[in-house]
Amino acid sequence: MRVAGHGRVDRRVTIPFTFDGRRFWGHEGDTLASALLANGVRLVGRSFKYHRPRGIVADGSEDPGALVTIGRGAARRPNVRAPMQELYEGLCARSQAAWPSLRRDLLAVNDLLAPFFGAGFYYKTFMWPRAFWERVYEPVIRRAAGPGALSGEADTGCYEKAFAHCDLLVIGGGPAGLMAALVAGRAGADVILADEDREFGGRLLAEAEEVDGGSAVQWVAGVVAELAALPNVRLMPRTTVTGAHDQGTYAALERVGLHLAAPGPDLPLASFWRIVARRTVLAAGALERPIAFADNDRPGIMQAGAVRAFLHRWGVATGQNVSVFTNNDSGHRTARDLRAAGVGVAGVIDCRADAPEGAGYPVFAGAQVIGTRGRHGLREILVRHAGGQRRLETDCLAVAGGWNPTVHLACHMNARPIWQDGLAGFVAPEGAVPGMMVAGAARGVFSTAGCLADGADAARAALTEMGMTPGAIDLPRAEDGAWRIAPLWHVPGRGRAFLDFQNDVTVKDVQLAARENFASVEHMKRYTTQGMAPDQGKSSNIGALAVLAEATGRTIPQTGTTTFRPPYTPVPIAAMGAGARGKGFAPAQFTAAHDVAVQRDAPMIEAGLWYRPACFPRNGETSWRESCDREVRMVRSAVGICDVSTLGKIDVQGPDAGAFLDLVHANTVSGLRVGRVRYGIMLREDGHVMDDGTCARLAPQHFLVTTTTAAAEQVTRHLEFVHQCLVPHLDLRFIPVTEQWAQFAIAGPKSRALLNALLDTPLDGGEFPFMACGEVAVMGGAARLFRISFSGEHAYELAVPARFGAALFRQLLCLAEQFGGGPYGMEALNVLRIEKGLLTHAELNGRTTAFDLGLGRMLARGKDFIGRAAAQRPGLHCATREQLVGLKPVAPDGRLSAGAHLFAQGAQAVRVNDQGHVTSACHSVTLGHEIALAFLKDGRARHGHRVRLVDHLRGIETSCEVCDPVFFDSEGRRARG
Amino acid sequence: MRYSGFRLLAQGLTGNRGWRPVWRDPEPKPHYDIVIVGGGGHGLATAYYLAREHGLRNVAVLEKGYLGGGNVGRNTTIVRANYFLPGNSEFYSHSLKLWEGLSQELNFNVMHSQRGLINLFHSDGQRDAFARRGNAMINQGDDAILLDREGVRAILPYLDFEQARFPIHGGLYHPRGGTARHDAVAWGYARGADSRGVDLIQNCEVTGIDIEGGRVRGVQTSRGPIRAGKVGIVVAGRSGQVAAMAGLRLPIESHILQAFVTEGLKPVIDHVVSFGMGHFYISQSDKGGLVFGGDLDFHASYAQRGNLPMAEHVMEAGMTLMPMIGKARILRSWGGIMDMTPDGSPIIDRTSVDGLYVNCGWCYGGFKAVPGSGWSFAHLLATGRHHDPAARFRLDRFARGDLLDEEGTGSCHNLH
Amino acid sequence: MRITCPLCGARDRREFHYLGCAVYLDRPGPQAPPEAWEDYLHLRDNPAGETRDLWQHAAGCGAWLVVGRNTLSHAVLSVRLASDVRAGAQ
Repeated sequence: MRVAGHGRVDRRVTIPFTFDGRRFWGHEGDTLASALLANGVRLVGRSFKYHRPRGIVADGSEDPGALVTIGRGAARRPNVRAPMQELYEGLCARSQAAWPSLRRDLLAVNDLLAPFFGAGFYYKTFMWPRAFWERVYEPVIRRAAGPGALSGEADTGCYEKAFAHCDLLVIGGGPAGLMAALVAGRAGADVILADEDREFGGRLLAEAEEVDGGSAVQWVAGVVAELAALPNVRLMPRTTVTGAHDQGTYAALERVGLHLAAPGPDLPLASFWRIVARRTVLAAGALERPIAFADNDRPGIMQAGAVRAFLHRWGVATGQNVSVFTNNDSGHRTARDLRAAGVGVAGVIDCRADAPEGAGYPVFAGAQVIGTRGRHGLREILVRHAGGQRRLETDCLAVAGGWNPTVHLACHMNARPIWQDGLAGFVAPEGAVPGMMVAGAARGVFSTAGCLADGADAARAALTEMGMTPGAIDLPRAEDGAWRIAPLWHVPGRGRAFLDFQNDVTVKDVQLAARENFASVEHMKRYTTQGMAPDQGKSSNIGALAVLAEATGRTIPQTGTTTFRPPYTPVPIAAMGAGARGKGFAPAQFTAAHDVAVQRDAPMIEAGLWYRPACFPRNGETSWRESCDREVRMVRSAVGICDVSTLGKIDVQGPDAGAFLDLVHANTVSGLRVGRVRYGIMLREDGHVMDDGTCARLAPQHFLVTTTTAAAEQVTRHLEFVHQCLVPHLDLRFIPVTEQWAQFAIAGPKSRALLNALLDTPLDGGEFPFMACGEVAVMGGAARLFRISFSGEHAYELAVPARFGAALFRQLLCLAEQFGGGPYGMEALNVLRIEKGLLTHAELNGRTTAFDLGLGRMLARGKDFIGRAAAQRPGLHCATREQLVGLKPVAPDGRLSAGAHLFAQGAQAVRVNDQGHVTSACHSVTLGHEIALAFLKDGRARHGHRVRLVDHLRGIETSCEVCDPVFFDSEGRRARG
Repeated sequence: MRYSGFRLLAQGLTGNRGWRPVWRDPEPKPHYDIVIVGGGGHGLATAYYLAREHGLRNVAVLEKGYLGGGNVGRNTTIVRANYFLPGNSEFYSHSLKLWEGLSQELNFNVMHSQRGLINLFHSDGQRDAFARRGNAMINQGDDAILLDREGVRAILPYLDFEQARFPIHGGLYHPRGGTARHDAVAWGYARGADSRGVDLIQNCEVTGIDIEGGRVRGVQTSRGPIRAGKVGIVVAGRSGQVAAMAGLRLPIESHILQAFVTEGLKPVIDHVVSFGMGHFYISQSDKGGLVFGGDLDFHASYAQRGNLPMAEHVMEAGMTLMPMIGKARILRSWGGIMDMTPDGSPIIDRTSVDGLYVNCGWCYGGFKAVPGSGWSFAHLLATGRHHDPAARFRLDRFARGDLLDEEGTGSCHNLH
Repeated sequence: MRITCPLCGARDRREFHYLGCAVYLDRPGPQAPPEAWEDYLHLRDNPAGETRDLWQHAAGCGAWLVVGRNTLSHAVLSVRLASDVRAGAQ
């Protein structure tokens, strides 16, 4: 319920919301947690394993108790921490992991079976009968597990990613962070101040404190106003820095629109930041920890600091008759503050014998809470004190177990935190993240005055390191008390004392792990699952390892912590993967003639990042095969036009260009005459074929190298490596020009006629023989012409600057149609090349060698080239390797399929008999049957022999004849003629 | 102590006080017949099979940290036998067969779940490459089904079939593929080895390898010298350093592979799904977390942590493939050290030092190999002969050019 | 992770392509024995600590770089143009 005169919520603004269908009201400034508590709602969820009632425990992202689902349909977000959800009008929250209802949850029966469900019980059973694991046990376990549920619908929310750069990143906007930002901001440094909360101030907002003679809240407001006015300071509230990465790169998640009822179409729900900072101040504060005692997990049992925060920030009393269990002075502060606000205090149970006096409430010194009652919420606690035991009626128990400095980010680079006995806690190590200073409570400085000074000091040190001059600053006066704690991790006794509230890990579980010799802290974590729930063990890790230390007779620092890993708090996949949904995953590349193809209804298919037309269907054609067959016939009988702009083109120039190309090609290129083209293969340095293509010599010192579409980037990078790293003394320059030129194949017996109708100056009879190249004029513009063929026909490739590509393609199609031809696509191109035994990456698959491909003679003998030495390894040309062959079905209607394997006639289709496999297969309309390229053991010696083709997957089995891979016009008369 | 439902019941009724340690903490003896360096999955499985299959019990496993603390405890838990190159396919096939009875064999539930693995393809070329793979799997005696687009949709309706940048053309379905509970595998083997007399010695770092006259004589450790008849190095992530103690250089470069797990969620992904265009693979653990990963960070590293570019790329792949996971939140990320070899396949071999053996180079496919690797390495250590299914995992195959390059990316350590 | 390109300045890791160990600079000559190629192509010192490796500023100026790095901490210790390193070696 609300407490008059307390809190920062705007009570003039009333906000309706629902929880489990029930309607409630909160105020502007409320979180779901504060609003639920104000409405007296204590039971908020159920736990993972035993389905025990859970309520709100803390006031921040570390809350291990209150996981809820927010929203409906595709906007549904599971596992939201109630304290992290700001209230908005119409907010719809639901509890999780309970069926049929939160109050009557059938799986609560698990709680009765707890003796059999101890740590790791599932490793010891569910093994018989064997088939039952997948059919029975696992499905039941899966259905029972998992707190929240995804909607199952595509996430259509808007998310963003962004980069930011600064001199100083300050993580945490409490007293230390604010002072650090102020010092650095006044000194003129570019500062980013990020805080997970909606407001800056940290614990100063959650306590009743004075700073500089006024209220702490006023001081915070003044500092934030000054920072906001500085142009060199960027304030990032609602921003959790989630990871520390290399060279000062930090990941951060900003909740941009999640607190709004209707964020608007352009406002992202969340933004994932990559912040690059020269220096960082980690002022992330500390998190309060619980004490484990029997039944310490009931709704109403909360952290003492959270109880104060709900009072001071939100004006909410978490109970009407609150009790406190503490091992340090801060518990008494909770009692005093509640009392001052008029909230009933049932008593303070302090485990220390020298506990301070109470002020109007009983204090049980040297006492412990040993049990609790209350089915859906706390009703009563059992206290063991010097004089015996007594029951205490109470509806809220505030537990103050001490504070754990928030060391996570300082440990993201594998450093371990350092134990400090005085604090009974681990503090962040200095210097563990380059450029990061730790300040305030994260470093174990717990007083407000200490935090203010520490923040200022850290900023001054950072500025000095960056060569900036910090100005003088007066430190404000503030609370400067000493810290006094008597560590108490768990209260011995009967019953289950919970450590991890989400995964239901108890003190007994950790002790069982130790007894079973899962004694390493990592073993304990993994065996009990402690710390693996959504809260990442923020409230349970230290307690669990303290119990483990005790159970194994070691100290806490000897036991050590598990590794801290990003993210600090969970990050939505949609935020970190923002922009990738649908087509956003990769850029799309379009050729200059793309639209022309689309206008002709060509289905476009992906080729790497490019899109290429599969075929150009004509009216009446009902399948791609029909279109493809027609296009193949068209090329073989008349003329076809194909956009080949996607093939890689590299322009190579310079006095040493020939020598360089000789080094990167297996064959010799430097002897090529100007105006001539040569087929070339490049090997990787490991001796396998990397790619094939052509080299055209355009001028004595000017070559154009083409690559396959798929290998363009790899080849370019390879050439750059060879030039810069191996032969920087060679005098040449090269640059990829793939996108600068639009290039079209003009293939077929009528290609020359078509070309002559296009060129400004028609070609003479003997001009431009096969493998010639040169400059020509097209419609008054300069173009490059190459007489090369990937179809086996008399063919050319004509290249123009990309801006003319669409126009040229249209013109070519127009002319082609006059000659009885037209465009052809990838399917026809593939058939044409298979008929000619020409290679693509189905054959150049990175495992094949020149020997395999029948190109062994291309490996030049008289020169060094990349891959030469490794290609001589015996394994790369031994007789047992599979060699490229052609396959024809013995029966004319026999089917061939790529991916099928080959076996000797009569041999069983099993691995030991495997003789090879098919790489490319198609129906050859030219030959009237199917054909295939394949790799076959000793294949070149087996032409004319029969093999058995088996494709289990597609149910194909065909008797094939092995043949030369060139099925059509094996002398190449058509291309040369 | 034998585990069973009855035992669980009996213990539960008597306060769970009778559970005994899963393994002993023995002091190292001065001499063992065989010393295994490395108490990860492969080392523990090796020790188990040495005892179980070869009756060798005077064996020690020396572990620098805690048992199962390496990659066996940090992976995406996928178990499959979908390799296609001879030399690989028979090995992984054997390993999968061992998985299939492992819980019963070890009397420890490793939660091997054959929920099916679907490798998606996005072009005709990828389809044909997967067809070659699938046929090889069937030739090997394993299972594979080629699904078309509608076949995939029937099993994985939540994928984005309409908008994805690289449309889903189909998938290769491997019904016997699946997952297992990674830690349980290490613990199960450890318990099985320990109960057969193998000494599992934790917090025992090997600091030197003693070689006399070209023959291994033992190891120096942080807990004193230990003599050994044979020494097997099984230290993924540190293979180069340990081999260097014997003066050996390995064809290995260490790289980071990141993996991710989300908060627990109700069942939403029932299979293992792998995206052919984006290096993304995902499954959902029995606890409800989505477990997924991607490609290497690509630079040599021992830092055991990744960087943002690859992490973001993995999330991006997830969003284009299955945008319904967008609201799942990444709970934890980690980076393991992968022994990357020049052809992407592992090494199980003897070395130039008599009695010194290595088992390394599992790249990022080591988890599913644990049973097979342990079996084959134990066979080699015990008999001196290579176990047939692993007979091609030789150290000299690179010099000979007898490569096992499934990816076809060539001798670049980080490209496999 | 960030690398300072000598030509372009400090840039995010995602602009760079990694090849491998800087041993790739020392390509064996045409007469080198097979062992030299085994060393060049396959065997690696693979240090856990300081190393030198080859990166290309692929999404930037295209320069190949020899980067001195610590593989345990990811600290970048030095960055030089590969062509300068080669020129110095000759």
